[in-house]
Amino acid sequence: MRAELVGAGGVVERNYYLTKRYIWWDVAWFLWTVANTLTIVFIAKGIEASGGNLDVNRTMTTLLIGAVVWAYLGILFEFLMETVAWERWEGTIEYTFMAPLSRAMHLAGQGVFAIAYGLLRATFLFVVCAFLFFDLAMPNAQFFPAFVVLVVSSVSFIGIGMMMSVLPLISPEKGTQLGFVAQGTLLVVSGVYYPVSVLPEWMQWIATISPATYALDGIREAILEGQGLTAMWDELWPLMIIGVVSIPMGLWVFSRGEKYAKKHGKLKRSG
Amino acid sequence: MTEIREAPSMKAVARDLVVAVEAHELRKEFKVPDRKKGRFGRKTRVALDGVSFTLGRGETVAILGQNGSGKSTLVRLLSTLLLPDGGSAVIFGHDVVSDARAVRRLVNRVSVEASFFKKMSSAENLGYASRYYGMTAADTKDLIPEILERVGFPRDRRDEPMENLSRGMQQKVALARALLTSPVLLLLDEPTTGLDPRSKLEVQDFIREIRTNHDSTILLCTHDLAEAETLAERVGILDRGRLLALEPADDLKRRYGCGTLEEAFFSATGRAFEAEGDEDDEDDDREVFA
Repeated sequence: MRAELVGAGGVVERNYYLTKRYIWWDVAWFLWTVANTLTIVFIAKGIEASGGNLDVNRTMTTLLIGAVVWAYLGILFEFLMETVAWERWEGTIEYTFMAPLSRAMHLAGQGVFAIAYGLLRATFLFVVCAFLFFDLAMPNAQFFPAFVVLVVSSVSFIGIGMMMSVLPLISPEKGTQLGFVAQGTLLVVSGVYYPVSVLPEWMQWIATISPATYALDGIREAILEGQGLTAMWDELWPLMIIGVVSIPMGLWVFSRGEKYAKKHGKLKRSG
Repeated sequence: MTEIREAPSMKAVARDLVVAVEAHELRKEFKVPDRKKGRFGRKTRVALDGVSFTLGRGETVAILGQNGSGKSTLVRLLSTLLLPDGGSAVIFGHDVVSDARAVRRLVNRVSVEASFFKKMSSAENLGYASRYYGMTAADTKDLIPEILERVGFPRDRRDEPMENLSRGMQQKVALARALLTSPVLLLLDEPTTGLDPRSKLEVQDFIREIRTNHDSTILLCTHDLAEAETLAERVGILDRGRLLALEPADDLKRRYGCGTLEEAFFSATGRAFEAEGDEDDEDDDREVFA
């Protein structure tokens, strides 16, 4: 077990080195994320300017929460997808897959770094947009419960990310892009910028099994309504159940993908 | 089944007490595009066709073969990166399919292309890779500089990104990466292909040192006839997925009544030996659904 933990630490160490080496690209990518978030949050101001009757501050905060969760999920999926995609591109994938580290700990290491880095980026994005650009008023906001909900939901997101990360194994050329499709679909049915109740009934049903639904609800309740951690239980227990199911499912899907890749010779660099 | 003419040397017989690798009827096929059958047409290409052999512990065996002969497929099967379509391979008593994790603890590999994260330094690349084998930062703190020094890697370039290094330098780091985990089976897949003559000699010298100083069994796949003859105790000829012979170089020459290994290769395969060429990409045209 010690060797496995050291191995998972190796994955974190590798991602740390890579993040350090590509830090200026990450800064550029962060600026893009800020710009993207601003375009969404400004929608509330635009509606007000065109005569719409709405609580601008509250709507802007709701949109900001949605955009930050979108960006956070993007980072998690990006890291998980890179488990395969980046390593194939560099040619290191065969060395990683022939190491004695179990796939569960390999993906766990990838997930731990993704969560840590994603939380840092999401927090920074929220602070920059909420307080630097818009000076949003959040008098009742409870940030700690919101943070806890995001962390607990991350376990489920990692499980889903594991399933997505198998796509570049099946299709080296287009698999990564399919991950973005999954990210978008997940958030659309989860009410990323609107309540789930406005969705068609069949989408509302899908929303009940999406961890993003509970993550968004919990974060909104904590930041907009000032709900404490105990009030988050309605969101936390479904997130825990989805997490318990999605992680083994993610590992199973990944192991099937790995077996397929080894059968058909797809671990090799090119192609 | 491929008929293998395997002449036992005294050294090999002594080592038969401990079998390092035992391959039996190994077979691997790939689906490749077949334009004659239309846009989505596929045909089966046999990369390995019933390959059987044994390697004794501590033995160095070279496998000679042209591009597409099956050398890289063999190495990938033994390193658990491919699943065989038939037959079996056992490494120090562990099956490469059913006991893959145990095999991975024993094996490491150097391929024709030294694959690294190019923006990271050699020390960083070796550092994280060794963690996958359960080695902590404390374990590798002194070991990484020591191994890099042994492969002749300049001390002052350890923190440089790999992309700034020559191919020869990168290949030395690849050897260091493989040795860092103390593998008992070292798979060398054309480790000197494409290197300049000096780097080639340095890498070959290092392989000799591994042979002498480490308890490693070495399977060397190469294009280089001289390399095979000087480094290996036995030489195998792999042609179109079939292992035609595996015996000491002198026995091979004697068997085919030839003065050189190149002539022996020609006699065995009916084809001239193609000198060092491109990467051995026999499974490059594998099935692609994308």
